Amino acid sequence: MKILVVDDENDVKVLFEQRFRREIRNGEMEFMFAFSGEDALAYLQKHNHEAVLILSDINMPGMSGLELLQRIKASYNDPSPHVIMVSAYGDQENYNHAMKHGANAFVTKPVDFVSLKEKLKSLV
Amino acid sequence: MIMFRNYKQKQKANNLLETQKKEIQATLLELKSTQSQLIQSAKMASLGELTAGIAHEIQNPLNFVNNFSEVNKELAEELKSELTSGNLQSATEIANDMQANSEKINHHGKRADAIVKGMLQHSRTSTGAKEPADINALCDEYLRLSYHGIRAKDNSFNATINTDFDSSIGKVNVIPQEIGRVLLNLYNNAFYAINEKQKQNIGVYEPSVTVSTKKMNSAIEINVKDNGTGIPQKVLDKIFQPFFTTKPTGQGTGLGLSLSYDIVKAHDGEIKVETKEGEGTAFIISLPFTA
Repeated sequence: MKILVVDDENDVKVLFEQRFRREIRNGEMEFMFAFSGEDALAYLQKHNHEAVLILSDINMPGMSGLELLQRIKASYNDPSPHVIMVSAYGDQENYNHAMKHGANAFVTKPVDFVSLKEKLKSLV
Repeated sequence: MIMFRNYKQKQKANNLLETQKKEIQATLLELKSTQSQLIQSAKMASLGELTAGIAHEIQNPLNFVNNFSEVNKELAEELKSELTSGNLQSATEIANDMQANSEKINHHGKRADAIVKGMLQHSRTSTGAKEPADINALCDEYLRLSYHGIRAKDNSFNATINTDFDSSIGKVNVIPQEIGRVLLNLYNNAFYAINEKQKQNIGVYEPSVTVSTKKMNSAIEINVKDNGTGIPQKVLDKIFQPFFTTKPTGQGTGLGLSLSYDIVKAHDGEIKVETKEGEGTAFIISLPFTA
């Protein structure tokens, strides 16, 4: 299972690689990283259908996670990848917006990695 | 007799003048104290705006500190079991990871620390001392604070932020928290201007703020440019006047640009504005190297 993680914080890469080191080691999951919404779209264009799951932060400079979600759901629909939105503000507004535009799940920061792991495994 | 009357009248007039002088002096003193109270309350108001940005900025490093320390705890368990089974190579690998993680913990701890220190400096009444400061880092730090502050209040807000920092400018002698306050005011204004333009719903509009720095002959220039509503020509002369604001009542103190002007002037610098109504505004600060 290939997962694209989108976040403007570079250290998210090291963190995920460590948090999921068992899953990465036994080949259960593979992680790719993009540090902006723009980067994520460029990656998806280059590697169409490679990422089956996208985990994106909402609050990023430039293209926000919600805009990225809309673009993904508009241009990739056969099948469209699963998108999980992550936000520091677990408020109703962001949640509603994400769900309305087809997000498959919503995760609140700080991320609980145990439940995130379960979510990832159940989605695919 | 006439002379005596003149003298009495003169004395009366003198007494009156003396009383008036005392009254004026008292009023002046009161005005001065009111003015410094107002400046302090403007500082505190901008601190309030900052708080949301700071909360967001601190949350991220704290999450990293918590996460990496949890990972290290798990790794320590794994390390022990590898050692028990005599697997020295993977034990060394785990120890290396743990070392890298504790560096991350330290880095993000310091990041949160710097944010708190910056916040305390911002709220201080007394002016700090000039010190060699990394202007590019200062521009970047306050840009993040301002952006996240606005995003925390209005999460539908979004803008493209471009930075173009001249790495050759090096360090410049300034009072960092004062220049930070100037930057914060300019950024908040820029974000306000693009947000207002977005509200006008005029077709395709890509709101953007560009911050650039440049080394000149004897000064450095900081340029804060937005493609927002612009400043109408008829109010352009007034923007640096204390208490002048175009914002609705209660939303602006009208002291932001006036304070900024005073701060830049105290650094022997200049603040210029280039604007076109409906198209955008650029504020250009120049600070001499010798400041």
